[in-house]
Amino acid sequence: MIRFLALVALLTLSASGAVQAKEAVPVAEDPVLEARLAELAAELRCLVCQNQTLAESDADLAKDLRREIRRMMQQGLNDAEIVDFLVQRYGDFVLYRPPLKTTTALLWFGPLILVVIGAGVGVVALRRRRRRVAAAPLSAEETRRLEHLLRRRAS
Amino acid sequence: MGRRLLPFAIFLLLAFFLAVGLRLNPSEVPSPLIDRPAPHFSLPLLADPDRVVSEHDMLGQVWLFNVWASWCSACLDEHPLLMQMAMRGELPIYGLDYKDRAEDALEWLEHRGDPYVLTVADQDGRTGIDYGVYGVPETYLIDPHGVIRYKHIGPLTAHVLEETILPMARELRQ
Repeated sequence: MIRFLALVALLTLSASGAVQAKEAVPVAEDPVLEARLAELAAELRCLVCQNQTLAESDADLAKDLRREIRRMMQQGLNDAEIVDFLVQRYGDFVLYRPPLKTTTALLWFGPLILVVIGAGVGVVALRRRRRRVAAAPLSAEETRRLEHLLRRRAS
Repeated sequence: MGRRLLPFAIFLLLAFFLAVGLRLNPSEVPSPLIDRPAPHFSLPLLADPDRVVSEHDMLGQVWLFNVWASWCSACLDEHPLLMQMAMRGELPIYGLDYKDRAEDALEWLEHRGDPYVLTVADQDGRTGIDYGVYGVPETYLIDPHGVIRYKHIGPLTAHVLEETILPMARELRQ
């Protein structure tokens, strides 16, 4: 009897589980597509919580966008087309690797420019210091005092 | 003398950039949809789901497209302003009820007042994605040819309305 009840309970549970999991069915159906989704979503920024990727974020919009990306993948769109879809709506900001454009040139080359400026300042400073050290011959007076001091020390 | 002023000059430059950075709002991402045709939608009216409306129905007039939801607390902030605008009748406001339950949305409008000429219901948020909505409320200014001219993210303020949106709308109407 107990075994029978347990079986009924188990069947009921699994049945309701199947109903609840309706939306998640494609996940189990196509692991390849899910892997592709996860990889692409990791390259995209969630606009609601801006320091998370679309793959990590739990925001409603991120879920909707993942669903939308999944749908496009099922329709056979390639990654570039899907990224294009998102950029058209949300701008380059969704990309963690923004394209090279006039508006993003500073973003891409800024660090390099800073390194060049830093290196330039460093070279100039080092040269100046070397010149200062080399160009300091003693005057006659100084030589005399130096010899005097050395002699005093020796005696 | 010049050498002593240099670090100070660098400091001032840095302070300037940081000050500008502090004033920018990182949650306001410029929309790529400005000066582009408003994305197509075909959605049921919130109040009458049998009637379907699209952006074509609004052609020929300058209009505001306001994305809101009954669950959105910031929408309450801008609501009195929208009511005032509706009363003035200068610029028609159409609503997009974003990812909301129809009962909740209708109750919200009944309770607080309805500033919208009509409201379409975007229950699954698909139209919201086409409009690049990522934080409700958002407001679009659309010209008579159906081109988006301006987008405001977050609750509308009297300042934005008087200084930016209404002057733009007047200009677009000419």
